[in-house]
Amino acid sequence: MSSAKTNKRFLSGDEAVAFAVKLSRPDVIAAYPITPQTVIVEKISEFVAAKEIDCQFLHVESEHSAMAASMGASLMGSRAFTATSSQGLLYMCEMLHYVSGSRYPIVMVNANRTVAAPWNIFGDHRDSLSQRDSGWIQIYVENPQEALDVTIQAFKIAENPQVSLPVMVNLDGFVITHTYELVEIPDQETVDKFLPPYQTTNKLDFDNPKSLSFTASPEWQTEFRYQQYEAMEAAKKIINQVDEEYGKIFGRSYGGLVQEYRCDDADYVLVAMGSVAGTTRLVVDKLRAEGKKVGLVKLRSYRPFPKEYFQDLGKKVKAVGVIDRDISFGYEGAVYTEVKAALFQPGSQVKTLNFIAGLSGRDITKENLTEMFTKLEAIDKGEKEDEVQFIGLRWA
Amino acid sequence: MRPDLQELFRMEKLPHIWCPGCGHGIIMRAIAEAIKESGIDMDKTVIVSGIGCSSRAPGYMNFDTCHTIHGRALAFATGIKLANPELNVFVITGDGDATAIGGNHFIHAARRNIDLNVILFNNNIYGMTGGQYSPLTPTGSKATTSPYGNVERNFDIPTLAIAAGASYVGRGTAYHDKLLKDLIIAGINNKGFSLIEAISMCPTSFGRRNKLGNAAKMLELQKTAAINVKAAQKLPPEKLEGKFLIGELHNKPAPEFTEEYDKLIAKLRKEAEQ
Repeated sequence: MSSAKTNKRFLSGDEAVAFAVKLSRPDVIAAYPITPQTVIVEKISEFVAAKEIDCQFLHVESEHSAMAASMGASLMGSRAFTATSSQGLLYMCEMLHYVSGSRYPIVMVNANRTVAAPWNIFGDHRDSLSQRDSGWIQIYVENPQEALDVTIQAFKIAENPQVSLPVMVNLDGFVITHTYELVEIPDQETVDKFLPPYQTTNKLDFDNPKSLSFTASPEWQTEFRYQQYEAMEAAKKIINQVDEEYGKIFGRSYGGLVQEYRCDDADYVLVAMGSVAGTTRLVVDKLRAEGKKVGLVKLRSYRPFPKEYFQDLGKKVKAVGVIDRDISFGYEGAVYTEVKAALFQPGSQVKTLNFIAGLSGRDITKENLTEMFTKLEAIDKGEKEDEVQFIGLRWA
Repeated sequence: MRPDLQELFRMEKLPHIWCPGCGHGIIMRAIAEAIKESGIDMDKTVIVSGIGCSSRAPGYMNFDTCHTIHGRALAFATGIKLANPELNVFVITGDGDATAIGGNHFIHAARRNIDLNVILFNNNIYGMTGGQYSPLTPTGSKATTSPYGNVERNFDIPTLAIAAGASYVGRGTAYHDKLLKDLIIAGINNKGFSLIEAISMCPTSFGRRNKLGNAAKMLELQKTAAINVKAAQKLPPEKLEGKFLIGELHNKPAPEFTEEYDKLIAKLRKEAEQ
């Protein structure tokens, strides 16, 4: 039972994030405008101007500066937030590594948008997936409500002393950022109890002067990297715990690293990230009604990657399809590579296909998803299919 | 459109997508007129832009054009000019593109005095993303990110360009479009970095929020607030308060980067031969 007092508002994903940020009480927000993220910081600047939130809002001159200013705030012991998208995320790439290597728990919302060229402002996951190795936790949400809930959770995950890593919350450009739905907004008092003020020793302290972001020579660099590795491993547990605790207090939880839907006795499973999970659920229900044993795995955390979950899944199902809203040129979808590597354990007979779909804002329809399940059944029955398939290609 | 200008545009791409009342169309036409009148070879002319409302312009212009990354138009243009110094290279950029995210390229292109013709569309705001304040949003003005007024100070683009080393600097407005055209022609004739600030207006994202009236009123504001630099020289300082200068603000020829580079190569080759 939820013990929180709540109210419901009709909000877009961007606005839901802004409300979550307000409830999380950051001290400093630094950002640069980019579609489809801009609404987040606009809404936040309204909150700041109306004194509904006590924080410093900086409109800086670039995304690189936005992340640098966020890190500056974080190293003073402040809670920092920023938001970006696509080209902006790529422009702050250098800073992403710098922040995670320095272990600052900054929370950033990334409105997933494809990467130019050709220019396109619509959604896919090519921006954030390309930052896989930057040392950021990456969580993908399905709708505005989850965007709000996960943004609040993100601070708690990031600031956990066992983690101390930055978190990127990813929501699909336009499909989530600009789509309105009823969103339940928790009350401030309950959020304050869930998320107490940020406490850290990893900050400048004028009583105990120290040097931050120093040089680590070959004698010690590996040990710093090992600590980052361990922190990410610890984050697997913390992400699950925080989600569970949030569920107990606020009445909504999402399964932590992954969320299964009708997978218990499933033969054919689709793995999806972000908004397409919602459509997939509908298709699963329809096919289940026709007697097909199908299910959905919503992959929520791309980093840390739930390796153990997929190792287990590979022993239980007959075929797994991975929907990638990206393509790693020269190989296959980036998510597929990860899932496949975990699925194949000694003795595993699972068959796999990779569906490249929803690039640059193209819809992934119920028909597309039905086709994917049909193909999974086909390879299980011994038919030959190309391993990597672009769904809905058109030439005219 | 004037029939003789049609060959300078990709007519099938028109009408443009700028908002009703936007000044950018007038400035784009002034650029086309300047290119036409200057007599430069259209087939040896490249137009480069970055990201933002202004940077849509090259998409409508019938030249070799390149729509690049936010803030980087000048860096791309520098590469184009270095690869083929014979080309006439134009850069169309905006206040956010050139002076915020691309500010570093702006001062260094000016410092090198590389032969580029830069037309900076200044509408005082990030229009494309819906009205965030830019480094050219006047102090005190409202934007979506400064609902109670901008506390930051704004750049004066000509002063910045002159200090950084530009050899030709002028400022026109959408209202003073003939002057703007003449300044662009003078910039084309200058062998070096030419910066023409073109004051535009954004009724949608700037004017409305700052109660400046409709597009016609904003255009009228350009007329009343601008003073030609020649006229200003004869006026006492109190008469210039609240006004901004237009016209040719700086014209001081200086060694041009690609020419100096070629000279150096020729010199070293000669030494190697000896």
